[in-house]
Amino acid sequence: MQLSYEKSVPGRRAIALDPLDVPEAVLPAALCRKEPAALPELGELDVVRHFTRLSKLNFGIDSHFYPLGSCTMKYNPKLAEAVAALSGFAHLHPHLSTSPAFWKHCQGAFELIHETEQWLAEIAGMKDVTLQPIAGAHGELTGTLLMAAYHRDRGSKKDTILIPDSAHGTNPASAAIAGFKVLEIPSHEDGTLRLDSVKAAMNDSVAGIMMTCPNTHGLFEPAVAEIADLMHANDALVYYDGANLNAIMGIARPGDLGFDVMHYNLHKTFATPHGMGGPGSGPVGVGERLAPYLPGPRVVKGEDGFELRNLEKSIGRVAAFFGNFMMAVRAYAYMSHLGKDGLRQASENAVLNANYIFAQLKHVYEPAFDLPFMHECVFTAVPQAKKGVRALDIAKALLDRGFHAPTVYFPLTVKESLMIEPTETESRETMDEFCDAMLEIAEAVDSDPESLREAPKTMPVGRLDEVRAARQLNCAC
Amino acid sequence: MFPKDMKFTKDHEWVREEDGVYTVGITAFAAEQLGDITYVELPEVGAEMEQGDSAASVESVKAASDVYAPVGGRVCDINHDLESAPELVNQDPYEQGWFFRLEGVRPAQLKTLLDADAYEKYVGEQEH
Repeated sequence: MQLSYEKSVPGRRAIALDPLDVPEAVLPAALCRKEPAALPELGELDVVRHFTRLSKLNFGIDSHFYPLGSCTMKYNPKLAEAVAALSGFAHLHPHLSTSPAFWKHCQGAFELIHETEQWLAEIAGMKDVTLQPIAGAHGELTGTLLMAAYHRDRGSKKDTILIPDSAHGTNPASAAIAGFKVLEIPSHEDGTLRLDSVKAAMNDSVAGIMMTCPNTHGLFEPAVAEIADLMHANDALVYYDGANLNAIMGIARPGDLGFDVMHYNLHKTFATPHGMGGPGSGPVGVGERLAPYLPGPRVVKGEDGFELRNLEKSIGRVAAFFGNFMMAVRAYAYMSHLGKDGLRQASENAVLNANYIFAQLKHVYEPAFDLPFMHECVFTAVPQAKKGVRALDIAKALLDRGFHAPTVYFPLTVKESLMIEPTETESRETMDEFCDAMLEIAEAVDSDPESLREAPKTMPVGRLDEVRAARQLNCAC
Repeated sequence: MFPKDMKFTKDHEWVREEDGVYTVGITAFAAEQLGDITYVELPEVGAEMEQGDSAASVESVKAASDVYAPVGGRVCDINHDLESAPELVNQDPYEQGWFFRLEGVRPAQLKTLLDADAYEKYVGEQEH
C-alpha cells in the first residue's frame, strides 16, 4: 500500500479556502520555516479512502478475537463512547478547572471524577483514589513515589523494593525511576510466591513489595495476606499491580488482602480502549497510610458544590489536569451500566472463559503450571519447539486463522510461553473456533511444520524481521 | 561443551583471567535462551563493581536482562564492537562477544564460581 506521501500530487488540495479578508499577520522571521513543510498534498476523497483502507487492515478488538494474555483486551462498549461524546464532557475546556471563578462550569465533571474515585476505592477496598496517572506504568510510578513519600516523612532510610519474578513486567522500571533499589524474588516452581522466599530477602532496608495478584502466571497468590503481614511488621508497604484485577473484581478486594497502594488499569478492567494510544488511564488507590500524600489537586465536596484542594503532604501533580479524564467518563459509564453484580459477573466469566479454553487445550499444549488458572492460562510450547515450531510460529499461524496471537515469551519464567486471556466478552462459539484453530495448528506441527514457520500468509505483511527492526531503529519519519 | 579456561555463574556469565585482567561475557546457553540480541548496554570504564552488581544489560527480541559482575573489580575496558554489532554475542559469545574487562579483582572470589563441568551440570538441570 502506498503512503499518503507517495500519493501526493503538487498543488492538490482537500479544501479551497476563501480569499483572505483580514490583514495578514506577520510572524517573527525566527518562527517561520525556511522551506515549506513536506506535507502530502491530496484531495479529500483520496484522504478518506487512504484512511478507510488503513482501518480495514487493522487487527483490533472490534474485528477479531484478541486473547493477548496480561492485557485484558475486552470489548469497549459503544455505550461508553456515546457517553464520552456528550457535549458537556467532550467540549468542556480543561482550563476552566484552573480558576475557582469557573468551577461552577465544571460541577458535572468534578462530580464524575469524585464518584469514579469513590467507586474505584470501594471496588478495591482502598481509602482514596487519584485519577491522574495516564497509564498503568505511570500508576506504578505514582504508587512507588507515594511509598517513597511515606518513608521519607517518617525519616526512614528504607530504599529497596522486593519484586517477585512473577510480577507485572514494568514494576522494576517503575520502582527504579522512583529511586528505589530493586531486588527480584524467585517464585516457587509451582508458580506462586512463597512466604519463605520473601522472608529470606527481608531486612531493614526493604521499603515494600510490589505484587501482581493473580500473578503473571495467571495464578492467585495464596500467601498474599501473610506476605502483607510480614511487610507491615517491618514498616514496609505492599503494592498491588492491578494488571490482573479483572480476575477478582467484585470478589476479593486488594485492600482487604492487606495492600496499601495499587493501580487500576481503566483500559483493561474497566473496558476503555487499550493499546496503540488508548489513551490509557492508571488511577492509583491508597489505604490509610498513604492517603495524605496523594497527588493534587483533589476534587472534594465543599459547601457550594465540588471544589479543588491540595493535600498538605501531597507529592504534587503527576499529570496535567485530571489525567485522561475522558477515560474516566467511559469507565464511569461502564461501572454504571454493569452495576455491582455485573462487575462481579464480568470477573467470574473472565475466569470461566480462561478455564474453558484451558480445558480444551491442556491435552495438546503443555500447561506451564499445575495450579488452577484464574483469568488467563499459560502453556509452554517447548514440546512443539523441540519439533521445530516455536511459540512465535504458533502465534503467527493464528493470525492466518483470524485470531490475534496470545502473548508469547512472557512471563519470562516460562520457556516458549503462550499466555491466553480471552476476557469475559467472548462468546462460547468464538472461543470454540479459537480452540479449533489451536488444535489444528498443533496437528500441523507434525504434519506440515513448514507452513507454520512461514506464517502469516494472509496478512497485509508477511513475517516481519523483528531482530532487524529492533537493531536498526529508524525513527526519522 | 563449555570452555575449560573460564569460570561461570548461575546467572550465566563467564569470566576468564589473563595476566591479571578478567574478561566477562555471557554464555552460549544464555545467548541462545535470549534469542537474537538487539542491544547491549555496557558499564563505563572506571566503574567500580562489587561481586554480583548489575554491570550491563542485554536486550533481545524476547526480553531484557541484567548482566551481573561475576567478581568485583574496576572496569578497565569495554567491548565497543557490541554497540554496533550486538549479534556478536550470539555468534561468538566467548571471544568477539565479550562484554567488559575488570582489573583489581580479588582472585579468591573466583573460587565462589562454577567450573565448566559444574556449570554444564547446572544448565542441564535448568532445562527440565
